Amino acid sequence: MKMKKKIAWSDYMTYIGVTIAFVIVSFLKKGGALNRSQLGLLVPICAYITMAISLNLTVGILGELSLGHAGFMSIGAFSGIIAAMSLVNVIPYDGVRMAIAMVVGAVMAGIFGFFIGIPVLRLRGDYLAIVTLAFGEIIKEILTCLIVGVDAEGLHILINIDGSKTASDLNLLEGGKAIIKGAQGAVGTKTIASFTAGYILIMISLIIILNLIRSRSGRAIMAIRDNRIAAESVGIEITKYKMMAFVTSAAIAGAAGALYGLNYSSLAAAKFDFNTSILVLVFVVLGGLGNIWGSIVAATVLYILPEALRSFADYRMLMYAIVLIVVMLATNSSKAKDLLDKLKPAGKEEEQ
Amino acid sequence: MKKILAMLLALSMIFALCACGGSKEETKTETETPAAEAAPAAEAAPAAAAGAFKLGVQGPLTGGAAIYGTAVVNGAKIAVDEINAKGGIQFELQAQDDEADSGDKAINAYNALMDWGMQVLVGPVTSGSGVTVGAQAYADRVFCLTPSGSSVDCIADKDNFFQVCFTDPNQGVASADYMAKNYAGAKVAVIYKNDDAYSQGIRDTFVKEAEAKAVEVVYEGTFNESTQTDFSVQLTAAQAAGADMVFLPIYYTPASVILSQANAMGYAPTFFGVDGMDGILAMPGFDTALAEGVMLLTPFSADSQDALTQNFVAKYQAAYGETPNQFAADAYDAVYIVAAALEAAGCTPDMDAAAICEALIPVMPTISVDGVTGQGMTWAASGEVSKAPMAIVIKDGVYVTP
Repeated sequence: MKMKKKIAWSDYMTYIGVTIAFVIVSFLKKGGALNRSQLGLLVPICAYITMAISLNLTVGILGELSLGHAGFMSIGAFSGIIAAMSLVNVIPYDGVRMAIAMVVGAVMAGIFGFFIGIPVLRLRGDYLAIVTLAFGEIIKEILTCLIVGVDAEGLHILINIDGSKTASDLNLLEGGKAIIKGAQGAVGTKTIASFTAGYILIMISLIIILNLIRSRSGRAIMAIRDNRIAAESVGIEITKYKMMAFVTSAAIAGAAGALYGLNYSSLAAAKFDFNTSILVLVFVVLGGLGNIWGSIVAATVLYILPEALRSFADYRMLMYAIVLIVVMLATNSSKAKDLLDKLKPAGKEEEQ
Repeated sequence: MKKILAMLLALSMIFALCACGGSKEETKTETETPAAEAAPAAEAAPAAAAGAFKLGVQGPLTGGAAIYGTAVVNGAKIAVDEINAKGGIQFELQAQDDEADSGDKAINAYNALMDWGMQVLVGPVTSGSGVTVGAQAYADRVFCLTPSGSSVDCIADKDNFFQVCFTDPNQGVASADYMAKNYAGAKVAVIYKNDDAYSQGIRDTFVKEAEAKAVEVVYEGTFNESTQTDFSVQLTAAQAAGADMVFLPIYYTPASVILSQANAMGYAPTFFGVDGMDGILAMPGFDTALAEGVMLLTPFSADSQDALTQNFVAKYQAAYGETPNQFAADAYDAVYIVAAALEAAGCTPDMDAAAICEALIPVMPTISVDGVTGQGMTWAASGEVSKAPMAIVIKDGVYVTP
């Protein structure tokens, strides 16, 4: 009983912490205390936080290493951009279009997550990691071939497999507009993403993920992680729960992708490569596997870090690597843990 | 004991970093770094610094394309030093790293420059970044002159974005024309990177023009970011198709792999590159013998005998110990072009970025600048430059005019 209460309390603290951060930053923003660089970081931070907590569901809670998370992000980004851009004339409200784009992104990424999950989730451990990596690359390649335009007749979609087609092959009517131009990606997107949209997305993702974790299904998912055979022996349907976690994770990543994609006027599929998947994985691992609150902090800090290191000029990325190593060493050292434990009782009531 | 020491070191490092991060809001600290780097400029400048235009440069200073960004920054620094030493218009220069990214990092670098108070942007260096930043700069009304962002998407639908380099279509057309004229009857294979707007853009116009000029394209091979370490499939196919000329509208890193693999398999066609090939000789660890006989179309040749180029090359070699490539030359010209335009428009350093932008836009199509990458460069209102391309060939490890 006491245990349950403590968990609920830590969930509420996560919601409250994120909300407080949002309110403080919004006030700073309104008061003009933030400069352009800082303002420009807000939306990508929200997108990466959402990516990190969604990947944490697969890696930390389900316990399966996924190396293709950027693939779902790109599906969400491109479907979100298509949805938002083709509705420009129909729905004049940016906020509504943003919401539709995120829902479309989540649904599309969820569908892909389901179909990819069918073969992928039959595998375990290293094999699963390699196959997700492959699927991430496949998604990127397919999106690189995609040419999409919109005109009065509706959407026109071309798949440019042999590299011979260009946006002019869409044969758009007068007034039509190419939204995605193959390898160049989405060009001329109207940027409608906002910090508020990012905050709402994080909150919704948190509510979904934290409630899933604390539910009966969530306990089943964690049981699979801890001991698959034992879980199966007590009648837990492995495939169903694995799929549940994987698809939820993919769908939330899709919504994050839509937010990210609609924050930039041009976006190429090449952006969502293996490196982006690894970047998000680094956020999750440094924040702590299974620790949602940790993912949020790690994503924020590690995303700001390279920007904060701009004053190092040429040594910037070197410093970034050093900090990563130091954080990794520090968080894993038993001495540091002892030190933290000693400090804990004082701050426990507020922190946990 | 050791562990504690390591932890202490780590902590002190983090604190140091936090301190740097915290100072971000005072843009003053940031400007010190580039100023200190451009030591000769900084020493001469302080007296006039109050009335200096703030010139921003953004490009890849780290990562795979770093050679371009660094060359651009170095070239721009030389031009800024020269202009500042002359008196008259004064410049202050700051460079930010965008890692050649086309998304958030490009915008982050741009925002860092805007916080510094940038008035004119010389950049972005790469096309992908140019498209993203260009759209933002268009909304913000900041004048952009890219030394090397050659995609048409950079200048499309923007009145404030101008190029020093050729656009990709022009490079493709010029390459096909050159082949039709000098290599009539050649069988051409094209190997290009289909997830790169730059490479795809040149290939599209090259193939179209080749068809019009009856240059026979016998094979087209593609690769992308993740497959650019092995080209045996494409090279074997090109060889099997009987290609005696291979057109490579790509950057020099994959090109170097192609050259060494072709050499290993004993396939020796004439390789023909465009401006992305420039820089291959300066690539660390690359055996320049492999590039023997490679042709490339570039507006700049370091061995050109005119006084302007000689002066630039000598200064560049003295400062950085290497022969400048085309990117450095483009950047050098870009700074002079900005200076000429500012002078023609009668701008003063106390004007804000938007006012300078509005003043420069009508002026650009009216000026003509002689630089190291071309005589009498002029601009269309669309942002495209007009100058003559020049074919050069690599012989004994240096560029020479054939």
